[in-house]
Amino acid sequence: MALGVDRLACIRGERQLFSDLTFRLAPGEALLLHGPNGSGKSSLLRMLAGFLAPAAGRIVWDGTVPDDEEADGLRGRFCYLGHQDAVKPQLSARDNLVFWARLSGLAAERAEAAADQALDAAGLQRQKRLPSRYLSAGQKRRVALARLLLTDVPLWLLDEPSNALDRAAVDWLGGILAQHRAKGGMVVLASHVPVPLPDARLLELPDGRLT
Amino acid sequence: MTAFLAIVARDLRLGAGAQGAMLTTLLFFVLAVSLFPLGVGPEPQILARIASGAIWVAALLAAMLSLDRLFQADQEDGTLDLLAQAPLPLGLVALAKTLAHWLTTGLPLALIAPLLALLMQMETEAIPVLLLSLLLGTPSLSLIGAIGAALTLGARRGAVLVPLITLPLVIPVLIFGVGAVDAAAYGLSAQPHLLLLGAFLAAALALGPFALTGAIKLALE
Repeated sequence: MALGVDRLACIRGERQLFSDLTFRLAPGEALLLHGPNGSGKSSLLRMLAGFLAPAAGRIVWDGTVPDDEEADGLRGRFCYLGHQDAVKPQLSARDNLVFWARLSGLAAERAEAAADQALDAAGLQRQKRLPSRYLSAGQKRRVALARLLLTDVPLWLLDEPSNALDRAAVDWLGGILAQHRAKGGMVVLASHVPVPLPDARLLELPDGRLT
Repeated sequence: MTAFLAIVARDLRLGAGAQGAMLTTLLFFVLAVSLFPLGVGPEPQILARIASGAIWVAALLAAMLSLDRLFQADQEDGTLDLLAQAPLPLGLVALAKTLAHWLTTGLPLALIAPLLALLMQMETEAIPVLLLSLLLGTPSLSLIGAIGAALTLGARRGAVLVPLITLPLVIPVLIFGVGAVDAAAYGLSAQPHLLLLGAFLAAALALGPFALTGAIKLALE
């Protein structure tokens, strides 16, 4: 599973955010998106997730460009986490995670086991039965991040994942990122604040310079 | 299938909660119908004559009440992104949410309608047909309404826009629904009307997911 991007361009509201973006991502690699506000980091992530159609260029998975139907099949091979936590306040953290696990196709029992495991890893054992509206912003973020641990997806697309996290939680995030890459997973991550992501390549937006 | 059922179960659970729309929808329906005897007077003949239309129109409007939140709540908190990246095709995701919407609005509306029919002095032979016509017609309302809800995602004043888009499209449901009940009240066969309602539902079920997929994809951009 490898991801490639060829001469990608993005136009939002008649303004060109970036163009001629080209990079490759091999298993175990990570890409850190840098750039000022409005330079297209979130748009690039949404484009990779297939929510946004590229204005020009193409996104290549394993050497082939997925057409529309294949794109349906590609869903479930990546995990996108945006600015929002998508945690339903009425449901407990555990119920949120069980729902997400079942959404990705796990049967009820396995989904519950996966949710418990992920919550333990996120350090939320004590809060897991509490309705999520009583959780702090950082705790909700940890619930959202715990979603990454539910299933083995090759590509993580993370938009400002460390928002609202305290230092211990940022270290935990660094840990799961390292684990994911050690298993051959890929990460594309946009962040303004330093995130523990050793030897990640850096992509400067909007000019698309790779370092 | 497990993902489909998970979405239905979650939406039912969220819908039955304190912010759920089920109770408001039912109360609106009951209130709207009980205004007719107050407005047009208690003469049984007049009430019996307008009963089918009044109940169907009230059901139509009640079904519109909670539609604007169908996808909006999920879009606001980012859940829609999650649903869109699930292995389940987007059309089925939307269908699952629509089914949950029908189970919390259309189904209770249909089940309580016979009581309101008694209040409206409807002919007793027509009451089972009313129930049947609502059971066949309200799923179409939910489906077409869901398309309207998906199209207005991200628009302000969605609550007003959804009925404006949806109501003209569901006029056939209203006509055949009322037609079935009236036919039964006059001692004629309600079957043709019910068959047409069923055909409408079949078409909405087959085509709806495509429209829903397109509309939600637009909202994801």
